[in-house]
Amino acid sequence: MIRALACALTLAVALAAPGHAADPPNERVVAGLGADSIGITAAFTGSQVLIYGAVKRTAPEPEDTPLDVVVTLEGPAQPLTIRKKSREMGIWVNTSKVRIAAAPSYYSVASTRPLKQILSPEADATQRISVPKALRAFEGPLEVADARPYTEAMLTIREREGLYSAHEGAVHLVEDTLFRADFALPANLTEGDYKTRIFLLRGGQVVDTFQTAIAVRRVGLERLLFVMAQDHAPVYGVLSLILAGFAGWAAAAAFRLIRN
Amino acid sequence: MQIYLPIAEVSVNVFLLLGLGGVVGVLSGLFGVGGGFIITPLLFFLGIPPGVAVATGANQVVASSVSGVLAQFKRRAVDVPMGLVLQVGGLAGAALGVWIFNRLAALGQIDLVVQLAYVVLLGSIGLLMLQESLRAMRRNRSPRPGARRKQHVHNWIQRLPLKIKFRASGLYISVIPPILIGMGVGILGAIMGVGGGFIMVPAMIYLLHMPTKVVIGTSLFQVITVSAFTTLMHAITNHSVDMLLALFLIVGGVIGAQLGSVLSGRLKAEQLRILLALLVVVVAAKLGADLLIRPADLYSIAVGKQG
Repeated sequence: MIRALACALTLAVALAAPGHAADPPNERVVAGLGADSIGITAAFTGSQVLIYGAVKRTAPEPEDTPLDVVVTLEGPAQPLTIRKKSREMGIWVNTSKVRIAAAPSYYSVASTRPLKQILSPEADATQRISVPKALRAFEGPLEVADARPYTEAMLTIREREGLYSAHEGAVHLVEDTLFRADFALPANLTEGDYKTRIFLLRGGQVVDTFQTAIAVRRVGLERLLFVMAQDHAPVYGVLSLILAGFAGWAAAAAFRLIRN
Repeated sequence: MQIYLPIAEVSVNVFLLLGLGGVVGVLSGLFGVGGGFIITPLLFFLGIPPGVAVATGANQVVASSVSGVLAQFKRRAVDVPMGLVLQVGGLAGAALGVWIFNRLAALGQIDLVVQLAYVVLLGSIGLLMLQESLRAMRRNRSPRPGARRKQHVHNWIQRLPLKIKFRASGLYISVIPPILIGMGVGILGAIMGVGGGFIMVPAMIYLLHMPTKVVIGTSLFQVITVSAFTTLMHAITNHSVDMLLALFLIVGGVIGAQLGSVLSGRLKAEQLRILLALLVVVVAAKLGADLLIRPADLYSIAVGKQG
């Protein structure tokens, strides 16, 4: 752990891009991941993600405002449609919809304290940290006059499914220097790069940010089947049929044996 | 035991899938229906995306139909020439149905059309079958001489050209009515995303006057081709067949189909018809209720570009 941290530290120092060109911040964040990649196998039931890091200082720590850390984890974006049912001639049917060009398939934000206390609305609006703000970033041209009920409904549904979440107090900050956050990724993950962002906050303002990504990929049989279904669709289709035909024949043959 | 499905991108319980496949397999072997009209809604319920559910359901129907038809072949309960004639119509109808489906999708009302088609078709077929088989049962209890089933179909049907002898069914009729029926079922099946067995079985009994014992095997025989065609179309155009999901449904399904065909050999034809009729009515009532009762959540999310 300490070695990994030291590694991450040197790496981050080497790569660190200045956040504010004019006035380099006194505090910088360096961070690492428990694992750079997650493999989705057939037995995949979800995964734990550990994000850890440290605050590097060039000057003594300011005393007036407390330090807070926010960590976000964001899955690959997908196009989606939110539909609303209404009653037409006695039956409930989908009558209106809002299409969203790209919404994150997963979004989780963990923080040392409740976001309302540590993040100013302006900083949230520019960095799009809280769940509703993160979603706003994806809204495209809208087909209905007021899309807000639709996006709110989507938020509720996805929070219920565990795809969008906010965990206040889930970032553990030690001595205002070392921090860690644990995320539990659900089993119904989408393949892609999961973007990780870390924000250092003081007095509601963002002091420094750090970004990295975790690669979530299908592996083994999952990968083989997916690639074949996409790239060799006719072969895959025929194979599915052969599998079905063979299984049907085998069951018939087996039952004949049992009965004789 | 959970398993992650590579195409559906969800993790589900293996035993749930085996059980689901088994139930549908029993229905398939018992009634000669593919079970698409039951498995597809059940897969939605498990959280499988609709496109994947429809395509993979078709694949599982192929397996349970193969398993069922082999058992029926053993009992000489398949009218092969009739099955082939129905398939010719069925494939033409399925191709036409896919085209109609895409036209309706472009108009934006496909969901409602499909739901209403389910309720209306299942409801009316189920009720008609139920009424007819109850009447037949009562007739059997108090047998009257001379009240036998008409041996000859309507006169104009008899006068159509291209007559063929269907020995297993004991029919000598034109191929035109079976081709048209196959086509009609193919169109409806493609629009509703099912093999169409539940429409085909009553059509064979009531329109073609085939004996019930031959109907099941022959229906299974033709369902194989139509659902194989559907599976292939979905695999090629939408990449939505999940082989791993299909595998577990199939393993449950083929065993179920064998049990079902053993059961169907033990039940009387009228009892079989009443059971199928009841099943169809129950599914129709459930789907109808979904349209009438206020849903718990008015909003729903569909992932993907279309919708």
